[in-house]
Amino acid sequence: MKIAVPLKQVPDLVEDLEVAASGTALDFDGLKMKLNEFDEHALEEALLLKEASGAEVVALAIAGAEADRMLFTALAKGADKAVKVSGVDANADNHALAQAFAAAIGPLGADLILTGVQSASDRDGQLAPLLAARLGLPCVSVVTGVQPQGKAVLLKKEYSGGVMAEFEADLPVVLGIQAARQTPRYAPVSKVRQVQQSAKLEDFAASGGAAPSQVVKMAPPPRGQGCKMLKSADELLAVLKEKGVV
Amino acid sequence: MTLVFEHSMKRPQRARHTSSVQKESAIVDGIDISGHWNKMYAPREITAYDPGALDRVTAIPGAESMGWCYQCGKCIGVCPVDNVGDYGPRKLFRKLQMGQDLINNPDLWQCTTCMNCLRVCPKEVDMIKIMPAVRAQAVLDGTNVPQELQDMFRNVAEYGNPMGESARKRVRWAKDLDFEVKDLSKAPQPVETLWFVGDYYAYHGRGNDAARAMARVFNRMGVDFGILGSEERCDGDSQRLAGEPGLFQMLAEHNIEQFKKHDFQHVVVSDPHAYNALKNEYPKLGGAFTVFHYTQLLDQRLERLRPLLTKRFEKKVTFHDPCYLGRHNGEYDAPRALLNAVPGIQFGEMIRCREQGYCCGGGGGGMWLDGFMSDHVGERLSENRVREAVAVGAEVLAVCCSYEVSRFEDAVKSTGNEGKLQVLDIIEILDHCMG
Repeated sequence: MKIAVPLKQVPDLVEDLEVAASGTALDFDGLKMKLNEFDEHALEEALLLKEASGAEVVALAIAGAEADRMLFTALAKGADKAVKVSGVDANADNHALAQAFAAAIGPLGADLILTGVQSASDRDGQLAPLLAARLGLPCVSVVTGVQPQGKAVLLKKEYSGGVMAEFEADLPVVLGIQAARQTPRYAPVSKVRQVQQSAKLEDFAASGGAAPSQVVKMAPPPRGQGCKMLKSADELLAVLKEKGVV
Repeated sequence: MTLVFEHSMKRPQRARHTSSVQKESAIVDGIDISGHWNKMYAPREITAYDPGALDRVTAIPGAESMGWCYQCGKCIGVCPVDNVGDYGPRKLFRKLQMGQDLINNPDLWQCTTCMNCLRVCPKEVDMIKIMPAVRAQAVLDGTNVPQELQDMFRNVAEYGNPMGESARKRVRWAKDLDFEVKDLSKAPQPVETLWFVGDYYAYHGRGNDAARAMARVFNRMGVDFGILGSEERCDGDSQRLAGEPGLFQMLAEHNIEQFKKHDFQHVVVSDPHAYNALKNEYPKLGGAFTVFHYTQLLDQRLERLRPLLTKRFEKKVTFHDPCYLGRHNGEYDAPRALLNAVPGIQFGEMIRCREQGYCCGGGGGGMWLDGFMSDHVGERLSENRVREAVAVGAEVLAVCCSYEVSRFEDAVKSTGNEGKLQVLDIIEILDHCMG
């Protein structure tokens, strides 16, 4: 079985996000990027499938700030191949990314395509269904638990309200992974550095299309009334009295 | 309390005084030497042990000395973990000898690399080399590395500090000062002293207190200093000792590159772990600089410092020797010189002091293993140490390693000594005395 795992970089929310001077995008200068957490789960699920029943895992990433690190880390965790896809901005919208990833994944002949169910930077929809549409494949998203069964896979899909459904999907299929069966493994830096010396990344040149939508304005959410920090019980009592509570 | 034998290990035949083992007569090379004073036994199996476990460890480069132990037991008497649990090199050797694996075993993660064992070992069994080497193997293989430690590695790898905080917020502590600290990453300029601040001074509340105290003391003394600002990363020494040499190299390479960008006479560090890294490990990676622990720098300039200590500090103070300044690097006097210069101080030693200092439990990765350790020790090392400080009548426990303040303050609370013992970094005491 061959599993393709497209990986996206997203802004790390440990940093304060700021809008650029243009007013239509984030200020990427000095922003820390990292692998989308849901994609990390997708990779983990792929590696678990490999460990359980043997599979070839191919990780893909769009050339950008985090590409090398994401791909070498994937190799260190146990992926068999890593492909760096050029031709589109790594921070582009999901329509552009889907076009580039589809071009790179198509020739692979993958049975399963696992990617994160969503990401913090999704603006124009999720990657999994867009990718499936481009590849002409079915898609099941919000998946936890993937069990191969011959030429098909058994899936658990989450709905809201605690409802869970079981699906059987014929391969090939695109899955949007909600969570892997276990916490994504840590790839020791020692291992990643070894891999950086020994392994090579493959390159794939794709072409991105025009974005179907443009951002006209981006702004932080409007501030509420604010919050006053009280320093003592006396202050609290004064406030409660003022508000007529006591 | 501890599991000693694995089920798979073959237990040796117990030698018994029965006729089936002892022969009727003693005949050696055809000569009958039987008598009540001569006993002859059929060959007994005295080694039904699997030597593989020990060989697997001694085969790891750096861990060879594990095989040199002749089980004198001197290490057990000084091992801080054994004092509150069941541990020490002799015990580990014995378990290995009897076939119990160390690599996939909780025993691998309990050593704090305090070096008290090596100090007394007649065979120089070097846990400071053995533990990192075996741990590195376990980390690479992904074998049962405690989750707490993995989370810390992940934070350091991603953000350059164990707290997982933004690297850009590394200078946040300096905002409240009423003077500018030279941030060389923003405004490069030659300085005499490059102050390597460290993660805990930068990101921990009590470390921030000490960092501000340090800046004020330097300022009052006219020390010409600058910091690396948000370009500074974790020194990496504890990560190296906990099994991630690659992470250490990545951090060291980054820090060395930063150092090389700037013009300075010497580096001063806040904590002994950075001291150990910069003094002993960074030169191996091409980064050789003159480095002092802050107590050493201030001790060198004591005559300039002393007249500035105008406010009295009339407390009974004891001092905890940090393992990585004391045993590892031989510095016991500088901190004491500073404390004894404090006007009004009543200084007294703890029983386990200087070379015999009792580890706080933070070294070798221990700082991020307290949850794991709670299954293996009766009380925390830091709790045991705090009890000692209280027992010698101290009101203040003085420290000079940023790991220790939080460890000892927690221990003060958990041993029920809140209000009885204050924990202060030496720099905070000096800052106080400067008014």
